[in-house]
Amino acid sequence: MFLQLFIINKSGSLIFHQDLSPAAPRLSSNDSLRLGSTFHSLHAIAAQVAPIASSGIEKLETATYRLRCLQTLTGAKFVITAQPNTPELEVVLQGIYELYTDYVLKNPFYELEMPIRCELFTQHLEKLVERYNAASR
Amino acid sequence: MATSGKQHTRLGEQAWNKMSKVNAEFFALTYGAMVMQLVQDFEDTAAVNAQLDTMGYNIGVRLIDEFLAKSGTGACADLRDTAETIAKVAFKMFLGVVAEVANWNADGTAFSVVLYDNPLIEFVELPPQHCELLYSNVLCGVIRGALEMVQMKVECRFARDVLRGDDLNEIRVELKEVLAEQMDDQYFEGM
Repeated sequence: MFLQLFIINKSGSLIFHQDLSPAAPRLSSNDSLRLGSTFHSLHAIAAQVAPIASSGIEKLETATYRLRCLQTLTGAKFVITAQPNTPELEVVLQGIYELYTDYVLKNPFYELEMPIRCELFTQHLEKLVERYNAASR
Repeated sequence: MATSGKQHTRLGEQAWNKMSKVNAEFFALTYGAMVMQLVQDFEDTAAVNAQLDTMGYNIGVRLIDEFLAKSGTGACADLRDTAETIAKVAFKMFLGVVAEVANWNADGTAFSVVLYDNPLIEFVELPPQHCELLYSNVLCGVIRGALEMVQMKVECRFARDVLRGDDLNEIRVELKEVLAEQMDDQYFEGM
Protein backbone atom coordinates (compact mmCIF):
# COMPACT_ATOMS: atom_id res chain seq x y z
CA MET A 1 0.00 0.00 0.00
CA PHE A 2 1.22 3.48 -0.86
CA LEU A 3 1.66 6.00 1.92
CA GLN A 4 2.62 9.45 0.70
CA LEU A 5 3.58 11.38 -2.39
CA PHE A 6 5.86 14.41 -2.54
CA ILE A 7 6.70 16.48 -5.59
CA ILE A 8 9.76 18.72 -5.32
CA ASN A 9 10.60 21.33 -7.95
CA LYS A 10 14.06 21.83 -9.37
CA SER A 11 15.04 24.46 -6.83
CA GLY A 12 14.14 22.19 -3.94
CA SER A 13 10.76 23.48 -2.80
CA LEU A 14 7.95 21.10 -2.08
CA ILE A 15 5.18 21.88 -4.54
CA PHE A 16 2.82 19.00 -3.78
CA HIS A 17 2.17 16.66 -0.91
CA GLN A 18 -0.59 14.12 -0.59
CA ASP A 19 -1.42 11.30 1.82
CA LEU A 20 -2.30 8.23 -0.17
CA SER A 21 -3.59 6.11 2.69
CA PRO A 22 -5.10 6.53 6.13
CA ALA A 23 -2.02 4.70 7.44
CA ALA A 24 0.25 7.55 6.37
CA PRO A 25 1.92 9.40 9.24
CA ARG A 26 0.32 12.78 9.92
CA LEU A 27 2.71 15.56 8.98
CA SER A 28 2.04 19.23 9.46
CA SER A 29 2.48 21.26 6.30
CA ASN A 30 5.63 22.79 7.78
CA ASP A 31 7.07 19.34 8.41
CA SER A 32 6.39 18.17 4.89
CA LEU A 33 7.95 21.33 3.44
CA ARG A 34 11.04 20.75 5.55
CA LEU A 35 11.14 17.10 4.56
CA GLY A 36 10.91 18.04 0.89
CA SER A 37 13.81 20.44 0.90
CA THR A 38 15.92 18.20 3.14
CA PHE A 39 15.43 15.32 0.74
CA HIS A 40 16.36 17.60 -2.14
CA SER A 41 19.63 18.54 -0.42
CA LEU A 42 20.48 14.97 0.52
CA HIS A 43 19.80 13.90 -3.02
CA ALA A 44 22.16 16.58 -4.35
CA ILE A 45 24.88 15.72 -1.84
CA ALA A 46 24.55 12.01 -2.58
CA ALA A 47 25.11 12.76 -6.25
CA GLN A 48 28.13 14.94 -5.42
CA VAL A 49 29.93 12.48 -3.17
CA ALA A 50 29.53 9.62 -5.63
CA PRO A 51 32.94 8.38 -6.84
CA ILE A 52 31.58 8.06 -10.37
CA ALA A 53 28.75 10.08 -11.86
CA SER A 54 25.50 9.18 -10.20
CA SER A 55 21.95 10.38 -10.46
CA GLY A 56 21.50 10.54 -6.69
CA ILE A 57 19.13 8.67 -4.41
CA GLU A 58 16.76 6.38 -6.25
CA LYS A 59 15.40 4.27 -3.43
CA LEU A 60 15.52 3.82 0.31
CA GLU A 61 14.53 0.62 2.09
CA THR A 62 13.71 0.47 5.77
CA ALA A 63 12.04 -2.13 7.97
CA THR A 64 8.68 -0.39 7.93
CA TYR A 65 8.50 1.47 4.62
CA ARG A 66 10.22 1.95 1.30
CA LEU A 67 10.79 5.10 -0.66
CA ARG A 68 11.31 5.58 -4.35
CA CYS A 69 12.40 8.76 -6.10
CA LEU A 70 12.02 9.63 -9.77
CA GLN A 71 14.05 12.61 -10.89
CA THR A 72 12.99 13.88 -14.29
CA LEU A 73 15.48 15.28 -16.78
CA THR A 74 13.95 18.68 -16.17
CA GLY A 75 14.93 18.50 -12.50
CA ALA A 76 11.65 17.80 -10.73
CA LYS A 77 11.51 14.98 -8.20
CA PHE A 78 8.60 12.65 -7.59
CA VAL A 79 8.99 10.84 -4.29
CA ILE A 80 6.63 8.14 -3.10
CA THR A 81 6.64 6.14 0.12
CA ALA A 82 4.92 2.79 0.58
CA GLN A 83 4.71 -0.22 2.87
CA PRO A 84 7.63 -2.64 2.48
CA ASN A 85 5.99 -5.26 0.26
CA THR A 86 4.43 -2.83 -2.24
CA PRO A 87 5.49 -3.71 -5.78
CA GLU A 88 5.95 -1.50 -8.85
CA LEU A 89 6.78 1.79 -7.17
CA GLU A 90 8.66 3.03 -10.23
CA VAL A 91 5.75 2.17 -12.53
CA VAL A 92 3.37 4.18 -10.35
CA LEU A 93 5.80 7.11 -10.28
CA GLN A 94 5.99 7.08 -14.07
CA GLY A 95 2.20 7.09 -14.18
CA ILE A 96 2.09 10.03 -11.79
CA TYR A 97 4.64 11.90 -13.91
CA GLU A 98 2.36 11.43 -16.92
CA LEU A 99 -0.63 12.70 -14.95
CA TYR A 100 1.45 15.70 -13.92
CA THR A 101 2.27 16.54 -17.54
CA ASP A 102 -1.42 16.28 -18.45
CA TYR A 103 -3.30 17.84 -15.58
CA VAL A 104 -0.73 20.23 -14.13
CA LEU A 105 1.50 21.44 -16.97
CA LYS A 106 -1.32 21.63 -19.50
CA ASN A 107 -3.48 23.66 -17.16
CA PRO A 108 -2.88 27.15 -18.52
CA PHE A 109 -3.49 28.71 -15.11
CA TYR A 110 -0.78 26.68 -13.44
CA GLU A 111 2.44 28.65 -12.99
CA LEU A 112 5.62 26.63 -13.40
CA GLU A 113 7.54 25.80 -10.20
CA MET A 114 4.66 26.95 -7.99
CA PRO A 115 2.66 24.80 -5.55
CA ILE A 116 0.22 22.53 -7.35
CA ARG A 117 -3.42 23.19 -6.64
CA CYS A 118 -5.11 21.33 -9.43
CA GLU A 119 -8.23 19.42 -8.48
CA LEU A 120 -8.16 17.32 -11.66
CA PHE A 121 -4.63 16.18 -10.92
CA THR A 122 -5.56 15.12 -7.39
CA GLN A 123 -8.62 13.25 -8.63
CA HIS A 124 -6.70 11.29 -11.26
CA LEU A 125 -3.90 10.65 -8.81
CA GLU A 126 -6.34 9.11 -6.34
CA LYS A 127 -7.83 6.91 -9.05
CA LEU A 128 -4.42 5.73 -10.18
CA VAL A 129 -3.28 4.91 -6.66
CA GLU A 130 -6.54 3.11 -5.91
CA ARG A 131 -6.11 0.97 -9.00
CA TYR A 132 -2.62 -0.12 -7.97
CA ASN A 133 -3.64 -0.64 -4.37
CA ALA A 134 -6.52 -2.88 -5.47
CA ALA A 135 -4.25 -4.87 -7.76
CA SER A 136 -1.64 -5.52 -5.08
CA ARG A 137 -4.10 -6.50 -2.38
CA MET B 1 24.29 5.88 -37.19
CA ALA B 2 21.85 4.09 -39.49
CA THR B 3 20.66 1.75 -36.77
CA SER B 4 20.19 4.50 -34.22
CA GLY B 5 18.27 6.52 -36.81
CA LYS B 6 15.88 3.61 -37.19
CA GLN B 7 15.48 3.39 -33.47
CA HIS B 8 14.47 7.04 -33.29
CA THR B 9 11.92 6.48 -36.03
CA ARG B 10 10.47 3.50 -34.17
CA LEU B 11 10.23 5.45 -30.92
CA GLY B 12 8.52 8.24 -32.82
CA GLU B 13 5.95 5.81 -34.24
CA GLN B 14 5.26 4.36 -30.82
CA ALA B 15 4.83 7.77 -29.23
CA TRP B 16 2.57 8.89 -32.06
CA ASN B 17 0.33 5.84 -31.61
CA LYS B 18 -0.01 6.57 -27.92
CA MET B 19 -1.00 10.21 -28.28
CA SER B 20 -4.60 11.32 -28.46
CA LYS B 21 -5.31 12.87 -31.86
CA VAL B 22 -7.07 16.00 -32.97
CA ASN B 23 -8.39 16.82 -36.42
CA ALA B 24 -5.51 18.36 -38.41
CA GLU B 25 -7.79 20.83 -40.15
CA PHE B 26 -9.14 22.08 -36.84
CA PHE B 27 -5.60 22.47 -35.57
CA ALA B 28 -4.41 24.36 -38.66
CA LEU B 29 -7.45 26.65 -38.58
CA THR B 30 -7.08 27.40 -34.88
CA TYR B 31 -3.43 28.24 -35.35
CA GLY B 32 -4.32 30.41 -38.34
CA ALA B 33 -6.91 32.33 -36.33
CA MET B 34 -4.37 32.93 -33.59
CA VAL B 35 -1.69 34.21 -35.98
CA MET B 36 -4.24 36.45 -37.66
CA GLN B 37 -5.24 37.93 -34.31
CA LEU B 38 -1.58 38.68 -33.57
CA VAL B 39 -1.15 40.30 -36.97
CA GLN B 40 -4.11 42.56 -36.25
CA ASP B 41 -2.97 43.37 -32.73
CA PHE B 42 0.66 44.16 -33.46
CA GLU B 43 0.73 45.37 -37.07
CA ASP B 44 4.54 45.28 -37.02
CA THR B 45 5.62 41.94 -38.52
CA ALA B 46 8.79 41.67 -36.45
CA ALA B 47 6.72 42.02 -33.29
CA VAL B 48 4.40 39.25 -34.46
CA ASN B 49 7.36 36.99 -35.15
CA ALA B 50 8.74 37.71 -31.68
CA GLN B 51 5.36 37.09 -30.10
CA LEU B 52 5.01 33.73 -31.86
CA ASP B 53 8.47 32.79 -30.64
CA THR B 54 7.58 33.73 -27.05
CA MET B 55 4.36 31.75 -27.19
CA GLY B 56 6.29 28.79 -28.50
CA TYR B 57 8.82 29.15 -25.69
CA ASN B 58 6.06 29.05 -23.09
CA ILE B 59 4.65 25.94 -24.73
CA GLY B 60 8.09 24.32 -24.97
CA VAL B 61 9.00 24.65 -21.30
CA ARG B 62 5.84 22.68 -20.43
CA LEU B 63 5.79 20.33 -23.36
CA ILE B 64 9.25 18.90 -22.67
CA ASP B 65 8.00 17.06 -19.60
CA GLU B 66 5.18 15.46 -21.53
CA PHE B 67 7.67 14.45 -24.17
CA LEU B 68 10.02 12.88 -21.63
CA ALA B 69 7.18 11.18 -19.76
CA LYS B 70 5.46 9.65 -22.75
CA SER B 71 8.03 9.13 -25.48
CA GLY B 72 10.19 6.63 -23.64
CA THR B 73 13.42 8.38 -24.63
CA GLY B 74 15.98 8.88 -21.90
CA ALA B 75 18.75 11.44 -21.66
CA CYS B 76 20.46 12.12 -24.99
CA ALA B 77 24.11 11.14 -25.28
CA ASP B 78 25.17 14.12 -27.39
CA LEU B 79 23.82 16.86 -29.62
CA ARG B 80 23.51 14.50 -32.60
CA ASP B 81 21.30 12.28 -30.52
CA THR B 82 19.31 15.33 -29.43
CA ALA B 83 18.85 16.47 -33.01
CA GLU B 84 17.62 13.06 -34.16
CA THR B 85 15.30 12.85 -31.18
CA ILE B 86 13.75 16.23 -31.98
CA ALA B 87 13.32 15.44 -35.66
CA LYS B 88 12.24 11.82 -35.54
CA VAL B 89 10.51 11.45 -32.18
CA ALA B 90 9.26 14.85 -31.04
CA PHE B 91 7.94 16.11 -34.38
CA LYS B 92 6.29 12.76 -35.00
CA MET B 93 4.77 12.64 -31.55
CA PHE B 94 3.26 16.13 -31.51
CA LEU B 95 2.74 17.02 -35.18
CA GLY B 96 2.52 13.60 -36.81
CA VAL B 97 5.26 14.38 -39.31
CA VAL B 98 8.87 13.27 -39.47
CA ALA B 99 11.61 15.84 -39.98
CA GLU B 100 15.17 15.30 -41.19
CA VAL B 101 18.38 16.50 -39.58
CA ALA B 102 20.80 18.13 -42.01
CA ASN B 103 23.50 20.77 -42.50
CA TRP B 104 25.72 20.18 -39.48
CA ASN B 105 28.36 22.83 -39.04
CA ALA B 106 32.00 21.82 -38.69
CA ASP B 107 32.07 22.02 -34.89
CA GLY B 108 28.92 19.94 -34.53
CA THR B 109 27.19 22.70 -32.57
CA ALA B 110 24.55 23.73 -35.11
CA PHE B 111 22.15 21.76 -37.25
CA SER B 112 19.00 22.18 -39.28
CA VAL B 113 15.69 20.49 -38.82
CA VAL B 114 14.24 20.10 -42.28
CA LEU B 115 10.50 19.82 -42.46
CA TYR B 116 9.06 18.74 -45.80
CA ASP B 117 5.52 18.61 -44.57
CA ASN B 118 4.31 21.31 -42.18
CA PRO B 119 0.73 20.75 -41.02
CA LEU B 120 0.46 24.37 -39.83
CA ILE B 121 0.61 25.84 -43.33
CA GLU B 122 -1.72 23.53 -45.23
CA PHE B 123 -4.13 26.30 -46.25
CA VAL B 124 -1.85 29.32 -46.03
CA GLU B 125 -0.66 31.78 -48.65
CA LEU B 126 1.29 34.81 -47.49
CA PRO B 127 0.04 38.06 -49.02
CA PRO B 128 2.76 40.49 -50.20
CA GLN B 129 2.26 42.91 -47.29
CA HIS B 130 3.10 40.11 -44.84
CA CYS B 131 5.98 38.62 -46.76
CA GLU B 132 8.29 39.00 -43.73
CA LEU B 133 5.97 37.04 -41.45
CA LEU B 134 7.46 33.85 -40.04
CA TYR B 135 4.16 32.05 -39.92
CA SER B 136 5.35 28.92 -38.12
CA ASN B 137 7.78 30.74 -35.81
CA VAL B 138 6.05 29.14 -32.83
CA LEU B 139 7.99 25.95 -33.64
CA CYS B 140 11.32 27.74 -33.05
CA GLY B 141 10.10 28.88 -29.66
CA VAL B 142 8.96 25.40 -28.72
CA ILE B 143 12.37 23.90 -29.52
CA ARG B 144 14.19 26.68 -27.66
CA GLY B 145 11.96 26.38 -24.57
CA ALA B 146 12.08 22.62 -24.46
CA LEU B 147 15.86 22.42 -24.77
CA GLU B 148 16.37 25.11 -22.15
CA MET B 149 14.58 22.91 -19.62
CA VAL B 150 17.12 20.18 -20.25
CA GLN B 151 20.07 22.53 -19.73
CA MET B 152 20.73 23.48 -23.35
CA LYS B 153 20.63 27.11 -24.42
CA VAL B 154 20.01 27.31 -28.13
CA GLU B 155 19.19 29.88 -30.74
CA CYS B 156 16.55 28.87 -33.15
CA ARG B 157 15.27 30.54 -36.32
CA PHE B 158 13.49 29.79 -39.57
CA ALA B 159 16.17 29.67 -42.25
CA ARG B 160 13.88 28.61 -45.07
CA ASP B 161 10.13 28.70 -45.29
CA VAL B 162 7.90 27.24 -47.98
CA LEU B 163 5.49 30.15 -47.51
CA ARG B 164 8.22 32.59 -48.50
CA GLY B 165 9.03 30.71 -51.68
CA ASP B 166 11.65 28.21 -50.53
CA ASP B 167 11.30 24.58 -51.50
CA LEU B 168 11.30 23.32 -47.91
CA ASN B 169 11.07 24.43 -44.30
CA GLU B 170 14.36 24.63 -42.46
CA ILE B 171 14.71 25.47 -38.79
CA ARG B 172 18.27 26.32 -37.84
CA VAL B 173 19.25 25.34 -34.29
CA GLU B 174 22.51 26.59 -32.81
CA LEU B 175 23.77 25.40 -29.46
CA LYS B 176 25.07 28.36 -27.47
CA GLU B 177 25.77 26.89 -24.09
CA VAL B 178 25.19 23.82 -21.99
CA LEU B 179 24.08 25.05 -18.58
CA ALA B 180 25.84 23.24 -15.79
CA GLU B 181 23.64 21.57 -13.25
CA GLN B 182 24.46 23.26 -10.01
CA MET B 183 23.24 24.39 -6.65
CA ASP B 184 21.31 27.61 -6.42
CA ASP B 185 23.24 30.74 -5.51
CA GLN B 186 21.47 30.67 -2.17
CA TYR B 187 23.28 27.45 -1.35
CA PHE B 188 26.71 28.95 -1.96
CA GLU B 189 25.91 32.08 -0.03
CA GLY B 190 25.31 29.93 3.02
CA MET B 191 28.79 28.40 2.84
